[in-house]
Amino acid sequence: MARLVNGIFNRLVIAVPFGWLLILFLVPFFIVFRISLSQTAIAMPPYTPVFDLAAGWDGLKDFLSQLSLDNFIYLTQDSLYVKAYISSVTIAFFATLLTLLVGYPIAYAMAQAPRTVRPTLLMLVILPFWTSFLIRVYAWIAILKPEGFLNQILLYLGLIHEPLIILNTNVAVYIGIVYSYLPFMVLPLYSALEKLDGTLIEAAEDLGCTQFQAFWKVTFPLSLPGVIAGFLLVFIPATGEFVIPDLLGGSETLMIGKTLWAEFFSNRDWPISSAVAIVLLLVLVIPIALFQNAQTKAQGE
Amino acid sequence: MNRWTSFNKFSLTLGFGFLYLPILLLIVYSFNESKLVTVWGGFSTRWYTSLLENEALKDAAWVTARVAFTSASIATVLGTLAALALTRYTKFHGRVLFSGMIYAPLVMPDVITGLSLLLFFVAVNLDRGIVTVILAHITFSMCYVAVVVQSRLLSFDRSIEEAAMDLGATPTRTFLQVTLPVIAPAVVSGWMLAFTLSLDDLVISSFASGPGATTLPMKIYSQVRLGVTPEINAVSTILVTIVTIGVITASIINKRREVQRQRDEQAAFAQG
Repeated sequence: MARLVNGIFNRLVIAVPFGWLLILFLVPFFIVFRISLSQTAIAMPPYTPVFDLAAGWDGLKDFLSQLSLDNFIYLTQDSLYVKAYISSVTIAFFATLLTLLVGYPIAYAMAQAPRTVRPTLLMLVILPFWTSFLIRVYAWIAILKPEGFLNQILLYLGLIHEPLIILNTNVAVYIGIVYSYLPFMVLPLYSALEKLDGTLIEAAEDLGCTQFQAFWKVTFPLSLPGVIAGFLLVFIPATGEFVIPDLLGGSETLMIGKTLWAEFFSNRDWPISSAVAIVLLLVLVIPIALFQNAQTKAQGE
Repeated sequence: MNRWTSFNKFSLTLGFGFLYLPILLLIVYSFNESKLVTVWGGFSTRWYTSLLENEALKDAAWVTARVAFTSASIATVLGTLAALALTRYTKFHGRVLFSGMIYAPLVMPDVITGLSLLLFFVAVNLDRGIVTVILAHITFSMCYVAVVVQSRLLSFDRSIEEAAMDLGATPTRTFLQVTLPVIAPAVVSGWMLAFTLSLDDLVISSFASGPGATTLPMKIYSQVRLGVTPEINAVSTILVTIVTIGVITASIINKRREVQRQRDEQAAFAQG
């Protein structure tokens, strides 16, 4: 009896979370895919065809015959969408590189810090990550505005004579991404650098490497798993980012997350927003697979 | 050899300055008398008192609290089960798919998750409201809980479980009395992470929610779009304070428990 109960318990441990994710994570993607092949309609829900189980086999045939690739063809014809995809990937890529450049010295310094202060430093990096994303992006509006803090300081110091226009430009979007995603970059970098064996660097230096050469030939290659994990953790969500381009970006900022949001909430075009989401997913499928692979490997070790 | 050089100290100062200065400015200017957010007009708590009279904001805060508490609690149970499944059962059908579904939501852009959940709720005829927001939040936060608990389980010495079973404990009792106390700190941080993720979420809530279920971030977002106001600074300050106190308290408690546990273990070894 105990063994039977135990067997059922074992199965439930897997089945409950598995079932939950299948129904609320995987199945919804198929629905998005399905609706991306439908036509827009003025009804509720605002698309046709709607699959009607009661109509049986004929209903299914009818349903399949009405599916079309029109939405995807439309996406390629309107240059707005193509530009938005390209600019999202470009902005996300360069913003991620910047995040790496800013995050690496921080993670490196944390890993070199005395053992006793490391937990505190780690805490200081994690804390902003727990603080609301929206609030942290909002905080930058007051800094970057024409009459904001940054311009006030620069004018006071006499470095500029007219306020810089930063808010509502792509520069603000870059700042927003680097700022918001910095903890996601620093944490994996730190965990890679912390594990590093210090004697390797000493050996390199004893063998005649300069400090920089030792860093570039020993430290950096050994921290690559952290670099890759951090890069993917920032790049993937940043590509589909909505809040940052919406609040900090301007009319010149084309990002696909914003486009999808507008198609859905302003134009109420569900089939087009679904098609936009499917293509975005296709753009990101390789980085996502790489991320999953890296995670599974890291857990296996 | 000392690598704790002034260059390292410099990068840390600059880095933490960059991370914290914006939040500090936001907090300081929530106590600004002036209605202008960037001009200091003297110290005042008027924006906090005006918050108390803002019924819509209070309603949104209440909705958010209920959503965060419920979704975090359910997500913690599901996420802990998922972590057990991933670490204890290395071979079962669909394991690759399962671990894929755990890691994908961590990086999936919110707009995709939000849209897909909304279309799912419409397809199954579930009226959008607080329930759908809770379901949506459970779905993404359980994956974070799973990752946090999993990393604790991986460093867990399973021989003490075997010892308990050899001494005649049933698997259920072993789990409750041996495994759970050891992973408890991770489960608690998982809960807290799920709670704050739910507290922060704007995009997924906007898709999943319906009339009557406006969360605090949705309310803040709609006000931010109209312009920066000291009132938003005040709400933000309250939220930041709650999260900061929560995180610091939890880490102190965890630290104490860890020290206590090590002492107990040493005492046990000394006796044996």
